[in-house]
Formats: sequence, structure tokens, C-alpha cells
Amino acid sequence: MHIIAFLLRRSVQAALVMLVISIIGFSIQDNLGDPLRELVGQSVSEAERDQLREKLGLNDPFWVQYGRFLSNAIEGDLGTSYFFKRPALDVIFDKFPATFELVLVSALIIVVLSVPAGIYCAVHPGSFFSRVIMSGSIIGISVPVFLTAIFLIWIFAVELGVMPAYGRGEVVDLGWWDTGLLTVDGVLHIILPAISLASIMLPLFIRLIRAEMMEQLGQDYVRFARAKGLSEKRVRNHAFRNTLLPVVTVGGLQIGTLIAYTILTETVFQWPGMGFLFLEAVNRVDTPLIIAYIIVVGGIFVLVNTAVDLIYTMINPMVKLPGESA
Amino acid sequence: MSALLEVRDLRVAFPRGRSDEVFALRGVDLSLKRGERLGVVGESGAGKSMLAFAILDLIQSPGRIAGGSIRFDGQNLLAMSEREIRRVRGKRIAMIFQDPMATLNPVLTIGRQMAEALEAHGRISEREARRRSVEMLKAVQVPQAEARYDAYPHELSGGLRQRVVIAIALLAEPEIIIADEPTTALDVTIQAEIMALLLRLCREREVGLILITHDLAVVAEVTERLMIMYAGRCVEEGPTSEVIARPRHPYAAGLLASLPGHTEPGARLTQIPGSMPPLGALPEGCAFRPRCEHAYARCHLERPELEPDLPGRRVACYLPLGGRT
Ligand SMILES: Nc1ncnc2c1ncn2[C@@H]1O[C@H](COP(=O)(O)OP(=O)(O)OP(=O)(O)O)[C@@H](O)[C@H]1O
Ligand code: SF4
Ligand SMILES: [Mg+2]
Repeated sequence: MHIIAFLLRRSVQAALVMLVISIIGFSIQDNLGDPLRELVGQSVSEAERDQLREKLGLNDPFWVQYGRFLSNAIEGDLGTSYFFKRPALDVIFDKFPATFELVLVSALIIVVLSVPAGIYCAVHPGSFFSRVIMSGSIIGISVPVFLTAIFLIWIFAVELGVMPAYGRGEVVDLGWWDTGLLTVDGVLHIILPAISLASIMLPLFIRLIRAEMMEQLGQDYVRFARAKGLSEKRVRNHAFRNTLLPVVTVGGLQIGTLIAYTILTETVFQWPGMGFLFLEAVNRVDTPLIIAYIIVVGGIFVLVNTAVDLIYTMINPMVKLPGESA
Repeated sequence: MSALLEVRDLRVAFPRGRSDEVFALRGVDLSLKRGERLGVVGESGAGKSMLAFAILDLIQSPGRIAGGSIRFDGQNLLAMSEREIRRVRGKRIAMIFQDPMATLNPVLTIGRQMAEALEAHGRISEREARRRSVEMLKAVQVPQAEARYDAYPHELSGGLRQRVVIAIALLAEPEIIIADEPTTALDVTIQAEIMALLLRLCREREVGLILITHDLAVVAEVTERLMIMYAGRCVEEGPTSEVIARPRHPYAAGLLASLPGHTEPGARLTQIPGSMPPLGALPEGCAFRPRCEHAYARCHLERPELEPDLPGRRVACYLPLGGRT
């Protein structure tokens, strides 16, 4: 099947990308500070420290260390967190559901709001409401995410007291996954962080959808659709189908950026996810955990990009999967 | 028999600046009998496409229809609600655009775009829509019609795509087809083929045709009446063969003479001096006056109206060529 050929090719590409990410991730460890200080504290003598360094392999040349790291990595071992004294990957995957749900709810907010808002602004470009949305989106783009977050906490948690200010709230453990989306408390907790995270991308998406939709509405096929006697709703549907193509491409890439922003959002809201964990790991110079995080996030990027390509191919009849005949 | 389509004093305006407007159509008259074929020619920017779009109320914002009336089968299209005019679009008056690459939606199959043209005008099952569409594809000589029904536009050549567009236009059995330069974007070798097809189908089905084109040979072959447009107005109108043989308006004469294929062997290829002024800067009086070698005092002062001239003909000029009748 063509889709298998496509996935196979993408897997090879993905493996190469992951290799590069792992080299970069691994090579920054020297710049992070001395892990020994965090590991053993001040009271240990220099001789003992050297001994420990030797034991941990920190004195070996870079490529030897990397080779060791890589062969372990292939077996699914990205090292052991100095702080948690557990496999770094396990520590990260414990936090994965929290981050995943945060990104998911944010993406949902973005899609649910930006599609109707973008279409509305494209269809009624001069209207008062469009102008409000468009000026609002300019403000939205220019306010940094942590400011939005602090502002939201101040209004809804401190002043009004209707929303929790931090944490994930009550979580249900499903065995392989812990979710906050099944309890009222959990849902209440995710609202503010998700809005903050969404606030960076939402204006961008509204503007993108508006611009694309306006461009499409000016095309001949839209006029032809009208000339056939189609209802205005159907005509818009024609244009929207074509608007989707570029939006999926750009939007997919932005999901990666969203993951990067979780570091900020999770820290402000003390959201127990991967981003918060990463920042703590940096503070503690927990090198294996830092590297593992970088590699996991890199992997997510690659996965998301592949998925976006696949979706794009499926909704665009002009692009064929390799091997598929026209 | 009274005309099926009767356009009177049609005006289309575009905003210029904050409070000003320019007119792309400045009072156009047009009439078409049932089954009649009318050619519309004129320089680029004369307003031919505007006329085509305005008839189906498809002028896009910020443009607007600023006056006049369009009577179709006894009803004024301009007084209709959006719902009512949708029942005319496609169903009773259909359109064919210039560029078949751009006319079809790239992400929908040919079949979907045909079926929805039928669905827009009444309940129809998917099977019935498919049957009628495939039948129409065969009528416009699309080979492998069944397979093409499920194809996407990019999988078809330009010529085939325009056949599909013609099929869509004919699908709901309209009484009039407005074709805006239907072959200009196509390969020269297939232009004649597509034109012959369109003519044959219109004849067979007794569909009226408004054909906008730059090709005088096509006009002569396909249409019964001819309308010459200049700067948003009709300047001359009459039976095609008569207008071509004996143009009355100086612009019509210049246009016909400048079109290749019309000059007799050895005759000088004339060009109308100057160019059409921009819409916002039309002169007082006759719009053609700056380019007219026959202009006299009155042409500066008053705008000549389209008035009856030789039998069956109308012209908007104070000094028609060949003398007053
Ligand atoms: N959006 C617009 N704003 C202002 N003027 C416009 C707009 N669209 C078209 N026009 C003007 O309307 C006039 C008529 O244009 P139209 O497209 O009908 O010309 P045409 O006779 O079809 O020319 P062509 O042979 O090039 O197709 C042109 O002079 C053009 O400048
Ligand atoms: S009205 Fe006057 S200027 Fe206009 S075309 Fe006739 S002669 Fe020329
Ligand atoms: Mg045109």
C-alpha cells in the first residue's frame, strides 16, 4: 500500500532527524554546569568527586560518551535522572499526560474559536464585529504568554476567586494514563492554563484563516459556485475546503511551537507536566532528564509533522502519496 | 414575440475614495429572444464581464448594481430576493467562465461539482444525479465519462475541463447561457472544437447564448446579433452580419478593422488611435470623442443615446458612418 511506503520513508527521515537531535541534545550537557554539585553537595572531597565522575563516565571523550548513550537509547534507556534516581524516560512519561491534555485542550480552544471567527471576518470584512476581532488579535499577538497567564490568575483566581490558580486538581488514574478531564475539579484547573497557552496561537490562526478565506472567496470557482445557484452556505464551504490546506500545514507546525510554550505556561500555573519538569531539571542540572526531555519533544515534533503531512495529503487531491498513480 | 431577457439602463458602480463612485457600466441596454445568440465585443475594460456578472447579480463587493432593470421572463431580477435569484442562477440562466482551470474547485471531484448543481435546484437522489451528470458528460463528448465523474479537475486537460464546465452549465437545462470568452484560455487547436460544441448544443437544446469574445470570426459564425461595447455602454447593436459588413459607429468600424482576419488582402491594417480612457476620467459628451476623427461640436456637449438606426439596428452616434438615415 502507498501509505505504508510513505510511512516507511518518513520513518527513515524521522530516524535521521532524531539522531541529529540526540547529538545536539547530548552535546549541550557540558554547558549546563557541573552535575556533581547537585548530585553530592558541597561536603564531598575533590578526590571523591573525581572517582564518581570516573564511575559515571563523565571523564570519557565526547564520542565515547555519546556512543554509550546512543546504544542505551536504542534500547529505550535515556539515562537515569540524578534527582529522581529513576529512568529519565519514566519520569518524563509520568508527566506526559498532563502536558498532552493541556496542549489538547488548547488546540481545541484554538480550533473552535479561530475557524468561525476567521470565516466571519473574511465574509464580513468591514463589519464592526470583524474590526473588534481583528484589533483584539493584534493585542493578543503582542502580549507575552506569561503576562496573559498572570493576568488571568489575578482576575479569575485572586479577584473573582472562581478558578483555581495552580496545579492540576483532582486526577483520575486510568492505569496507563492519569487524566484531569474526567473530574469537575480537573476541568476547572485546566481552563486557565489552556486559555493562556491558546492565547499565543489563537490570534495567529484567526488572521491566517481570515486571509486565506478572503483570498479563496475572490477566486473564480467561488463565483462559479454562486452562478450554479448554490446557497451562500455551500459557496462558503467551497472556499473553506481550500482554506483548510494552508491552515493545516501552518497549523500543524504551530502545534510544535505550542509544546515549546508549555514550559512557560506550566511554570506559571505550576502545572505538573513535562515543561514544568524540564525547568526544574534545568535548575537542578539534572542532565539526563534534560537530554531525555529534548529527545522526547523532538520525537513529538517529528511525529506531529508526519501526521500533518499525511493529513495534508489526504485532504489535497492534487498531492499524491509516492507510488500512487494520478 | 417579446424578449426573454431585457436589460435596461444597467449601471454598475465601484466606490472611489470615501464618497465618490466610478461606473463600470453606464446604462447598458440588451435584449435577447428565446433561443437567440448574441455576441458582445469591445476592448478590454469595456465592461463585458461586468455585464455578464451583473445579469445574475454576481457583482462582487465593493461593486454594486447602481441602477437599471433586468427583466427575465417578465420578472425583474433586481427586485428579487437572494432566494429567488438563486432559483434563476444555474437553473434558468447559466454561466461559462474564461479559465476552466480556475472555474472548477480543485479539491472537489467533477462529480460532486456536477451533482451539487442539480441538488441546488430540487431534491434528487445521488444515483439520479450521477446518471444525469454522466449523460451530460457524454453529450459534451468527454471520453470515459463514468470514470471522469469521479476524477478531480487537475486530472483533466484544459479542453476537457471546459467541456465539464459546459456540461455543468447545461445540466439544469437553462434557457440562456452567458459565456465569457469561453475559449480564450484554451489551446488554439481546440478552441474551434469547443466553440463548435457549444454552438451545436445551444442549437439542439434551443438555449439562448450571450457570447463575449474577442474573436470576430467566431462571432460571425455563432451569433445572430452583435453588440459593441465601449467604456461601459453599448454603442452599436444589430444583426451580426450587417454590423460586420457595415458598421455605423466609428468605434465599431475601427474595432472591426483592427481585428485580424477582417482586412481584405492589400488593405491597410487600421488601428484606432489612442486608448480607452480610465473609468474615472471619461470626457463629457461622447466617450469616444477623443479618439473619433468625425467628432464635431455637439459630441463635446451631449452624450449620444443608443437610438434606432437602419432597420433592426441601433447606434449611439450623432454622425453614423455612411450618413444619416
Ligand atoms: N474591483 C473593481 N474596482 C474598480 N473598478 C473595477 C473593478 N473591477 C473591474 N473594474 C473596472 O470595470 C471595468 C470593466 O471591466 P470588465 O472586466 O467588465 O472588462 P471586460 O470588458 O470584460 O474586459 P476584458 O476583455 O479584459 O475581459 C474595467 O474598466 C475595470 O477597470
Ligand atoms: S458621437 Fe461624435 S464623437 Fe461620438 S462617435 Fe459619433 S461622431 Fe464620434
Ligand atoms: Mg472580461
